[in-house]
Amino acid sequence: MGEPIIRVRGLKTRFGRQVVHDGLNLDVEGGEVLGIVGGSGTGKSVLLRCIIGLITPAAGRIEVLGRDTFALDRAEAQALRTHWGVLFQDGALFSSLTVAENVQVPMREHTKLEPRLRAELARIKINLVGLPSDAGAKYPSELSGGMRKRAGLARALALDPEIVFLDEPTAGLDPIGASDFDSLIRNLQQSLGLTVFMVTHDLDSLHAICDRIAVLIDKQTVVGTLQDHLANPHPWLQAYFHGPRGRAALAS
Amino acid sequence: MVEAGWFSTGETAEGWVLRAGGRWTIATAPDLDPRLRGLVPPKGPGASFDLSAVETLDSAGAWLLHRTRKDFIERGVMVDVVNVNPAVAGLLGRVEEADQPMATGRPAASAITRFLAHVGESSTTVFKEGRNLLGFFGLTAAVGFRTLLHPGRLRGKSLVNNMEQVGINALPIVGLLSFLIGVVLAYQGADQLRRFGAELFTVNLLGVSILRELGVLIASIIIAGRSGSAFTAQIGTMKVNQEVDAIEALGLDPIEILVLPRMLALVLTLPFIVFFADVLGLLGGALMSFVALDISLGQFLRQLNDAITTTTFWVGVVKAPVFAFIIALVGCYCGLKVQGSAESVGRLTTQSVVESIFLVIVADAAFSILFSYLGI
Repeated sequence: MGEPIIRVRGLKTRFGRQVVHDGLNLDVEGGEVLGIVGGSGTGKSVLLRCIIGLITPAAGRIEVLGRDTFALDRAEAQALRTHWGVLFQDGALFSSLTVAENVQVPMREHTKLEPRLRAELARIKINLVGLPSDAGAKYPSELSGGMRKRAGLARALALDPEIVFLDEPTAGLDPIGASDFDSLIRNLQQSLGLTVFMVTHDLDSLHAICDRIAVLIDKQTVVGTLQDHLANPHPWLQAYFHGPRGRAALAS
Repeated sequence: MVEAGWFSTGETAEGWVLRAGGRWTIATAPDLDPRLRGLVPPKGPGASFDLSAVETLDSAGAWLLHRTRKDFIERGVMVDVVNVNPAVAGLLGRVEEADQPMATGRPAASAITRFLAHVGESSTTVFKEGRNLLGFFGLTAAVGFRTLLHPGRLRGKSLVNNMEQVGINALPIVGLLSFLIGVVLAYQGADQLRRFGAELFTVNLLGVSILRELGVLIASIIIAGRSGSAFTAQIGTMKVNQEVDAIEALGLDPIEILVLPRMLALVLTLPFIVFFADVLGLLGGALMSFVALDISLGQFLRQLNDAITTTTFWVGVVKAPVFAFIIALVGCYCGLKVQGSAESVGRLTTQSVVESIFLVIVADAAFSILFSYLGI
């Protein structure tokens, strides 16, 4: 593999006196699916928000696609943001717009596409994520939780980004919906050549689609494949991967 | 600068060929799109798309290729896609699969139809709203009487808390505004009445208008904007968070827990707020009378005593509980009507303020008619 697509060095974040990350390093390689796990409050979502620039860390350096995200001016930062898409936990769709309009928002802001082509591409994206054909004209409040996540994914993919950030994509879905969503992510990742950065709690998705797993322990990361983590003697990793749920997910 | 995507067309030994190359991505799509749309398909029955020179392809580029191919096929030209790089073949396939017709919303109606539909919809909404509000009034009354029979069920802590929120915390703003209205009224009144040499009657004007109408109206309108909207937002947010559902699921009555304490708090405190507004309005008037007309406080009070009776005061204050009831009713009703989203909370909060101020003024007019009929 070549240069990492995301490189985090010496990241330190804190809220008041509470230090969340201390000297955290992480590399994400192009074209991989990286799962981020960790106990509650270990700062998984905070790490994601740091990388996409919603939180400014106390110290450290974050490079995405070879560019230091905190050294950019406004226009450059805007341009960099078109290279990634973010799926927030509940989709975070704009509630006053229909699904199709939601998908068109990034296109309208960042490209000069004609309205007709925008509408066509939105239709393709909505079908790509497996939403039914009448979903485009609906408002987010008319959709189920799983459909909202799919619609959020369609919006994240609107600009054909290189990187997709997913914040707990399968949380709140039933097991069938969750495994459908997993295979959807895998499928899109392969056909669109995406790099996926996924915060998750779902052992099944870790098992099914993640190439590597980064575990947040003691304000740092431990990165490796599932096999590496299974062999790691750290008590939290043992409890996480060898607990009853971990065993069940591995057995399947 | 974006590297370009390009295509060229021409007749070759294998027939008509479209050669595509370079970057076919969302960045180059605005440039490629109109040219591809304007492309005239060949006369012959067959054509081929040669993708050997394509460097990068994303779903936007894949869609453009697929759409052009579909266009050709619709016009009776068969298209072979050749020399497809295996890396992009999967994407082309996915986009082709995803090209399903999308059910759109309602077909667009003409402007006149839409206008008529809007008028009709709005008129029926007014009646439906009125009926629902009346229904909510009945429901609240029923729960209120039930609580009256079992006073222990009343949420005392919530009641006192709400009284502080809607009553004591509103005093500064209500007081300031009433004082200023008193000042303005005295000044304008003095200006007009001086022409008739009847400056002293400024005091009568102040006394009657503030005590009968302005004190209670200003207090009610401020409270509608301040507390009515707060009721809607509080209850609406609880509705969005499913707290209201939780209350019902626990076998409790949302009206008893959420609506009654707020309503009772407002009905009990608004008369006192009105009294406070009356006093400060008169004080403002007295100050202005002193400055503009040189009427001392003693003179002012003597004249006021002649001008008004206790009835004048009671005519104003007696309206307060009714207005309070209207404000709380509309505020809570709108709050419980919230559905689903944060946007709905905002919309209904606006509606709550507009509706309650409207109804307060309508009720005030009704009181005026009633009092003139009774000769008060």
